[in-house]
Amino acid sequence: PDHLRFIRSYVSLQNARCYSVKHLSVQERIEKKRKAALTGGGQLRIAAQHKRGKLTARERLELLLDPDSFVECDMFVEHRCSDFGMEADHNKYPGDSVVTGQGRINGRLVYVFSQDFTVFGGSLSGAHAQKVCKIMDQAMMVGAPVIGLNDSGGARIQEGVESLAGYADIFLRNVMASGVVPQISLIMGPCAGGAVYSPALTDFTFMVKDTSYLFITGPDVVKSVTNEDVTQEELGGAKTHTTVSGVAHRAFENDVDALLNLRDFFNFLPLSNKDPAPVTECHDPRDRPVPGLDTIVPFESTKAYDMLDIVHGIVDEREFFEIMPNYAKNIVVGFARMNGRTVGIVGNQPKVASGCLDINSSVKGARFVRFCDAFNIPIITFVDVPGFLPGTAQEYGGIIRHGAKLLYAFAEATIPKITVITRKAYGGAYDVMSSKHLRGDVNYAWPSAEVAVMGAKGAVQIIFRGKENQAEAEAEYVEKFANPFPAAVRGFVDDIIQPSTTRKRICRDLEVLASKKQTNPWKKHANIPL
Amino acid sequence: RTISTSSCLELIRAGPRGRHVVAAIPPAAPSSNPPVHVKVADEAVCVGPAPTSKSYLNMDAIMNAIKQTGAQAVHPGYGFLSENKEFAKRLAAEGVTFIGPDTHAIQAMGDKIESKLIAKAAKVNTIPGFDGVVKDAKEAVKIAGEIGYPVMIKASAGGGGKGMRIAWNDEETSDMGFFLSGHISDICANGFCWCLQVLADKHGNALWLNERECSIQRRNQKVVEEAPSTFLDPDTRRAMGEQAVSLANAVKYSSAGTVEFLVDSKKNFYFLEMNTRLQVEHPITECITGLDLVQQMIRIAKGYKLQHKQSDIPINGWAVESRVYAEDPYKSFGLPSIGRLSQYQEPLDLPNVRVDSGIQEGSDISIYYDPMISKLVTYGKTREEALKKMEDALDNYVIRGVTHNIPLLREIIVHPRFVSGVISTKFLPEVYPDGFKGHMLTAGERRELLATAAALYVAAQLRSQKFLGDLSRQWELCVELDKSVHMLGVSRSGNNYTVEIDGEKVEVSGEWNLASALLPITINGKHRTLQCLLRTAAGEISLQYLGTSFKLRVLSKLAASLSKHMPEKVPEDTSSILRSPMPGSVVAVSVKPGDNVAEGQEICVIEAMKMQNSMTAAKTAKVKSVHCKAGDTVGEGDLLVELE
Repeated sequence: PDHLRFIRSYVSLQNARCYSVKHLSVQERIEKKRKAALTGGGQLRIAAQHKRGKLTARERLELLLDPDSFVECDMFVEHRCSDFGMEADHNKYPGDSVVTGQGRINGRLVYVFSQDFTVFGGSLSGAHAQKVCKIMDQAMMVGAPVIGLNDSGGARIQEGVESLAGYADIFLRNVMASGVVPQISLIMGPCAGGAVYSPALTDFTFMVKDTSYLFITGPDVVKSVTNEDVTQEELGGAKTHTTVSGVAHRAFENDVDALLNLRDFFNFLPLSNKDPAPVTECHDPRDRPVPGLDTIVPFESTKAYDMLDIVHGIVDEREFFEIMPNYAKNIVVGFARMNGRTVGIVGNQPKVASGCLDINSSVKGARFVRFCDAFNIPIITFVDVPGFLPGTAQEYGGIIRHGAKLLYAFAEATIPKITVITRKAYGGAYDVMSSKHLRGDVNYAWPSAEVAVMGAKGAVQIIFRGKENQAEAEAEYVEKFANPFPAAVRGFVDDIIQPSTTRKRICRDLEVLASKKQTNPWKKHANIPL
Repeated sequence: RTISTSSCLELIRAGPRGRHVVAAIPPAAPSSNPPVHVKVADEAVCVGPAPTSKSYLNMDAIMNAIKQTGAQAVHPGYGFLSENKEFAKRLAAEGVTFIGPDTHAIQAMGDKIESKLIAKAAKVNTIPGFDGVVKDAKEAVKIAGEIGYPVMIKASAGGGGKGMRIAWNDEETSDMGFFLSGHISDICANGFCWCLQVLADKHGNALWLNERECSIQRRNQKVVEEAPSTFLDPDTRRAMGEQAVSLANAVKYSSAGTVEFLVDSKKNFYFLEMNTRLQVEHPITECITGLDLVQQMIRIAKGYKLQHKQSDIPINGWAVESRVYAEDPYKSFGLPSIGRLSQYQEPLDLPNVRVDSGIQEGSDISIYYDPMISKLVTYGKTREEALKKMEDALDNYVIRGVTHNIPLLREIIVHPRFVSGVISTKFLPEVYPDGFKGHMLTAGERRELLATAAALYVAAQLRSQKFLGDLSRQWELCVELDKSVHMLGVSRSGNNYTVEIDGEKVEVSGEWNLASALLPITINGKHRTLQCLLRTAAGEISLQYLGTSFKLRVLSKLAASLSKHMPEKVPEDTSSILRSPMPGSVVAVSVKPGDNVAEGQEICVIEAMKMQNSMTAAKTAKVKSVHCKAGDTVGEGDLLVELE
């Protein structure tokens, strides 16, 4: 074919011209390319990047990874576009618009890609996608997480369908890697259009406040289509996605803060689905009593308290990495450690909307539980739930199918599951919150626990409708049901424990359950009510 | 059966002697938070809701509690009804013993004028001045002029600094005129306040148990007390003691009481008032005399004679008491704060330390009671020893979840003026004329702090690297403190870190237990206990050092150099808008436009899912507008209240 002939003649020409200094010439070219790759889009663009308050792709990797641990891959890859003058030498950048490779975080292997905004605005070319796919494939084979640092203007328009194909190639790998190795996206600049679906498919999406955006279409298109006036920040800034949409799991102050926190977060994660949850050195005594817990639950069942006080009291060193702290705050989820071992925490938050389950909190909880189940992270569930939130907004929004997701996630999970009922466990929500019936391994009740179909007042109004002496009936109901005994006598809770001993009990149970083996029936895949 | 209406301390000591002790508690307590005194008591009885006016100050409720439990005696503690003659009378009518003096003495000493007259008659030194009721501002100015400024004007009923005002000139005197009627005028120099403990039985025997120096005060309330006083010589002490005893005899006093004297710089002392109850700071007297005052009070109430003679009362060593309050010492030397004690650890493992408290980890410091967390008492053979113990005790005291005054206490007890014993009631305003600002670091201390933060950071990093096997030995760090940045080199061998700061080497070693609230370390051979208040992934470290908490940021050299590109952020102010966090109904709105609200103050209550959620102000401000009223139904995100 023509192009082969062309290459052959080009090579022979080169050989002929530089035969005597051939070795040096290649060496020089290598050096030159390497140098070019290291400076990305050049000093001017780097300065502009800094001026925006953003670090360069390489600076980010340097901070994220252990010193000198980064091993780069595909530094010499260049884009292959030959239209619109793209074939010109000055439009070729070694490595193109992404830096890829592997490195270590506190000694543990991780595959990374970091999009380089200084090269064509970080836009995604076929070569860019190919580089990302290569490290993702390898990460899956090796069994190591993938961290993507996103900072890209979108598709490389000059490349047309090749760029779109590139996105799809990445999406496919995101899906294939899902549940095999942890995937984390840190959005550190724009991420718009089709590009957003890669972070959306990963396990965790973090954002940098004020400098990162995620949207399907930008403000200009929104204006022309729907005539809405909206700023970038309002449409897809960190605040929007961490409080309103629930697309992002957490936001950090700036690049440095985000990357340091990401290092910290990485310590919680196993490397793959074959890896157990990591165990670190723990200075917090496993049998430490937590006296404050004996008094935390107020006597009046209408009074709120902060579930985070319980979580902080129980986990190692009060350290809790909360996921989605500002979204659906009526449920608390996140990672912590018990005696050094990573655990997932799920807890109803009585302080917000009484800790009820609604659409958003169900979905938030379900996704977290499924992540933990996929990666062998035991789950500790703290229950104080008055039920599902009633109302047309919830019913029309489909609380039935969304609530089912949380139920599904808990039921399907085969990791160690420990449940502590701190106060209310009412109605269907009791069943959902990792109850014994959904294969909870160890279910505890605090003395303040009330497991019942509903609160006393409502129940009495139904049972004794139209009868007098409602107050007396209510007292009887409270006596009968507003305590842990109905559940305990049936074995639906394994024990009623003194709250201050909760940490000790859980640490001991986790040791026992470390060798738990449980499998679900063979299936192609399950059918969660999406 | 003895009923106690005060904190747990009295119970702890009354209990083990075979008495059946009943704790009186408000219901806010049993529910959310059973106080310690309920645990140490044999039985608890509820006396009403949390506001003290409905519980501890509600005589009917207490009388009911007595009937309900069949108590034979009541220990009234130090506040509340302890000096209420009505209460003592009602108890007498029911045949219940009031553990305290009889009604006559309470009444006589409770009236500032009558007490003065009795004191005069008992040949007790009284302050030159006008012992009587001032009719109006004009008369006050005239009398003040005769006595000579400054004068103290005092409400004739009320103690503990309540109703005391100092006037330095005619203008101030007449300004106070409008609330003067029923007041007397006294001289008040830049003086000392000494409290002489007396103990008298029902058989006419009385003892004096030496003085307590209570001059360190803020807002006329005591903060640091000690016994004995550095200023008092044995002769003056004896003279004061004898006068105090003769006053007690004159009013046929029985039980423990305290006679307060003002002393001028020439060691002239004048009777100020007598408190007919146990005082908060009584533990320091117990420390130096070895007498248990509560036990003595119970014995006396039962009608026993005093076992001791005056010659039996020693001064053994020195005792210091710091009142640990839940308050912010950076605001007027202490504005109350509230919250939940997320971590709480008393320094009880140290020798010669006594902590009297009524709270525990998990307790709520609420708006209903005095914000006092505890009385921290240390004891030593000498004053120096007692103060050194106090330093250690304060450094080892772990309080998290509420703002507390340990920074101030820690500064007072090491202040050269306090250490030299030159103490007066104006100590705080004179030493800190611009308000308390926390500990000022010397260059050496600054290095110690930086080195500790760096070493702690490295210890935490090293633990994270345990996956790695090959641990780094050399670190280059950048530590920020008070906006100035220091480059530090750290090298490690085992648990020992050598930190190089500006050419100076600091050796830091310790256990580096990252879970412990306390950080006992050795810096350059000196033992120090710091506390780690905060440590984040992004390198923020807060350390409590010499009582004061300092915020630092530790970054690797790389992270620090990249940080210069990070944008400066102007924090967005969302604190002025209060939105409903959930759909529900408004149960109550506690503010109206124009009201001033304090940070954390309740603005309205939203009920949802049959639960009441209190919405609080995010900052101290004036209410601009209120967009809801009680009974309204609100949706999530609805605007409730706007602040200015």
